[in-house]
Amino acid sequence: MNIPYRPLALGLLVLGFSALVFGRAQAGGRHYFAPVNNPVVKEECGSCHLAFAPSMLPAGSWQRMMANLKDHFGDDASVDPKTAAIITDYLVANAADKGGLRYSDKLLRGVSAANAPLRITELPKWTREHRKVPDWEWKHKDVRTKANCTACHADAALGYYDE
Amino acid sequence: MQLKSTAALLAASLAMMFAGAGIAGPREDQLAQYAKAAKAANPAFSGFSAERGKTLHTQNFGGGKPDTPACTACHGKDTRAGGRTPAGKAIDPMAVSATPSRYTEPAKVEKWFKRNCNEVLGRECSAQEKGDWLTFMSGQ
Ligand code: HEC
Ligand code: HEC
Ligand code: HEC
Repeated sequence: MNIPYRPLALGLLVLGFSALVFGRAQAGGRHYFAPVNNPVVKEECGSCHLAFAPSMLPAGSWQRMMANLKDHFGDDASVDPKTAAIITDYLVANAADKGGLRYSDKLLRGVSAANAPLRITELPKWTREHRKVPDWEWKHKDVRTKANCTACHADAALGYYDE
Repeated sequence: MQLKSTAALLAASLAMMFAGAGIAGPREDQLAQYAKAAKAANPAFSGFSAERGKTLHTQNFGGGKPDTPACTACHGKDTRAGGRTPAGKAIDPMAVSATPSRYTEPAKVEKWFKRNCNEVLGRECSAQEKGDWLTFMSGQ
């Protein structure tokens, strides 16, 4: 947790801002969501944003998302069918509702499987965890969108969300 | 921990350097294909221009999405420096001199031209535009 070491892992860009929220966000346990370790998924789902941990959404959500990559939050994230199958298999096999994942079980509280939400940032538990984040922080030029987890969670790419 | 990630970074950048050094082939093959297609579309075509490529890279089009009017919106103004997507993901420099492994995978190049031209111009780029842009970046 030494601030001076953070730029190594992070790149200098984010440092200024994360130092700002560091003190407050540091509280809490070591929330862990295993990062993507499949090279295809990392490449195809990790260029535009952090490759989100599969254990943050239920299998039904990943299936629904993968069925329409052509219109992916307004972007064209489509891949060829063979690649899509590899990605879907990986996401589904590691989904939040596969069971036995402590933090995933918590994160999915209040989500019904039939809903298949497409956004982590709209899960009731996620919203609650972030309710104290003030407006100006979301709008900060180093953040800009809730999906930019790494701006505040320096170790998100490693799976840690406790800071 | 820092030692480990520094070592990994080093290994990764070395790997990238070697990957880039040996293979000038795919990039040139792809340029040759774009040239053929450009010639077919326009018999007066007489070669790619880094100058036109630079204009394509820096011009504000306004045909695509409002928050990405130009290639530089994500790739940055300095071709040898990194960029950043709207969702905060860092992008390696586009200049071949800064990232030698660039444009060595034809399918990757095509995939991103398609996505990014739509994002910025609101349409796909022509073979000539792609060739101009690649020529510009190869000389950067
Ligand atoms: C071409 C760029 C691009 C690619 C490639 C891409 N995404 Fe996205 N993704 C986006 C954008 C843009 C958003 C919306 C971000 C925002 O709200 O700021 C998004 C949002 C998301 C979200 C919701 C984030 C939230 O708000 O909780 C998930 C989950 C997601 N993407 C998963 C994936 C997966 C899985 C893949 C690989 C199949 C993928 N993305 C590939 C651009 C992309
Ligand atoms: C603007 C900064 C910011 C962004 C962006 C952000 N978070 Fe957070 N996050 C926080 C803060 C502050 C907390 C509260 C920590 C606490 O109270 O202990 C938090 C808490 C969490 C927690 C609970 C951990 C704990 O210790 O309580 C998780 C899990 C989490 N965030 C995941 C995410 C994910 C996934 C994203 C991206 C989709 C994201 N966050 C984006 C600031 C942010
Ligand atoms: C919305 C953000 C965004 C915009 C705008 C954008 N790009 Fe990109 N571009 C990316 C991302 C993300 C990648 C993939 C990451 C990488 O290769 O480092 C990429 C990759 C590329 C690649 C493939 C690189 C390779 O190594 O094969 C090309 C070619 C490319 N972009 C061209 C363009 C052109 C031309 C424009 C303007 C018409 C443009 N981009 C605008 C985000 C963007």
